[in-house]
Amino acid sequence: MTLFTILLSAILVNNFVLVRFLGICPFMGVSKQVGSAIGMGLATTFVMVVAAALTWVIQWFILEPFGLPFLQSMSFILVIAAMVQLVEMFLHKTSPALYRAMGIFLPLITTNCAILGFAIMAVQNSYNFIETVIFGLGAGLGFTLALVLMAGIREDLEFADIPKPLRGVGIAFILAGLLSLAFGGFSGLV
Amino acid sequence: MNTALVSLISMGSMAALFAFGLAVASKQFAVEIDPRVEEIEQVLPGVNCGACGFAGCANFAEGVATGKAPVNGCPVGGASVAKMVAAIMGVESDGPKRRVAQVLCKGGLAEAKQRGGYDGPRDCRIAHATQGGDKACSYGCLGYGSCVAACAFDAMYMDENGLPVVIEENCTACGKCVDACPRNIIMLVDEEQGVHIRCRSQLTGRFVRQVCTVGCIACQRCVKVCPTEAIYMENNLAHINYDKCINCRECVAVCPMNTIEWQEGKPVLERVAQV
Repeated sequence: MTLFTILLSAILVNNFVLVRFLGICPFMGVSKQVGSAIGMGLATTFVMVVAAALTWVIQWFILEPFGLPFLQSMSFILVIAAMVQLVEMFLHKTSPALYRAMGIFLPLITTNCAILGFAIMAVQNSYNFIETVIFGLGAGLGFTLALVLMAGIREDLEFADIPKPLRGVGIAFILAGLLSLAFGGFSGLV
Repeated sequence: MNTALVSLISMGSMAALFAFGLAVASKQFAVEIDPRVEEIEQVLPGVNCGACGFAGCANFAEGVATGKAPVNGCPVGGASVAKMVAAIMGVESDGPKRRVAQVLCKGGLAEAKQRGGYDGPRDCRIAHATQGGDKACSYGCLGYGSCVAACAFDAMYMDENGLPVVIEENCTACGKCVDACPRNIIMLVDEEQGVHIRCRSQLTGRFVRQVCTVGCIACQRCVKVCPTEAIYMENNLAHINYDKCINCRECVAVCPMNTIEWQEGKPVLERVAQV
């Protein structure tokens, strides 16, 4: 697989949110405004890219040589948690407004299953270092794309006449399903 | 045994490495937070209504801590919240600013041109909804006293000129008169504000002169003379931004129609610059 197909596949064909259904929690939680959706997406992308590099090093230089693959989830979570802490500190310093807008969902990037999921998938696919980083970048961009699309639609939904029982999260889930169906159209592209 | 040892060492050293990195980062990205901000936020209502003029309760709390906002600036929380915020800031507070109703029309029987033809009920709402009452101005006070009837605190009466007058000592800013007025002439304003543009007409100057001797003709002299840029024009009518007005009375002096009025006994204000 070329790097480009890996990237394209992670963004569109196997979009982590809309096709693999990973990371639904922030997808529902931070998709009310485009601004904070972009911020959340970029923060997650950053964590994914850095985590990609670190998890690859850990997997192939620590876990495999020492025969400790059973520690995979634990050590990956450690990396991700540390990275999220770093992003949180950085954001608090540089962009307090974004920090507040993301609120609880920022520390929750730690438990965003899309991040752990992509790291484990990268190992399963036996990607090399560059491929893993590109895969992480693609996963992050795909996550951002899904979040921003959703936020854009939900901003317009504020003015729509939605049946009462569906208002709020209800219509959001229907939307997510429709978006997911639309992304199904990309299957077979790569 | 060996596996356990290797696991312990590898995971332990990784954790130590990250811990060290984060410790360095936390020094690097340390944000100095005034602990009072959080304390103030705790006592605020937390509905982020924006009535204080800030984007939300958190911003207001920050404003109070940095001196940009008054401790009694939360109109929703009232005196109890103001007291708690003041206690956190270590100052005294006498509760939020008192507001009173202001009647923004001077066109009484003597000033506003009369026209014939209305013989319906003497009620502002009915008159407004049907033929528009006895006066030629379609923006001004109808003069039938629906606001006075709505007032539950004896804070209003109709004077001999046919205009409602607010007795400010009795006014509780309940807003009943504001709701009762079909022409939106009555407004709740901070008690300390003494300069009021008493006209709501959106007609151009020429047509204002045809129906009233004290209406705003949109000459803009007040806009030009105001030192704090508190007055602005909108739809042929001067509006005053009470957040900026300092009661200097420059506009009162230049208004050719005497539309802008100064209430005797109000203090000259010093404003904290709002960002």
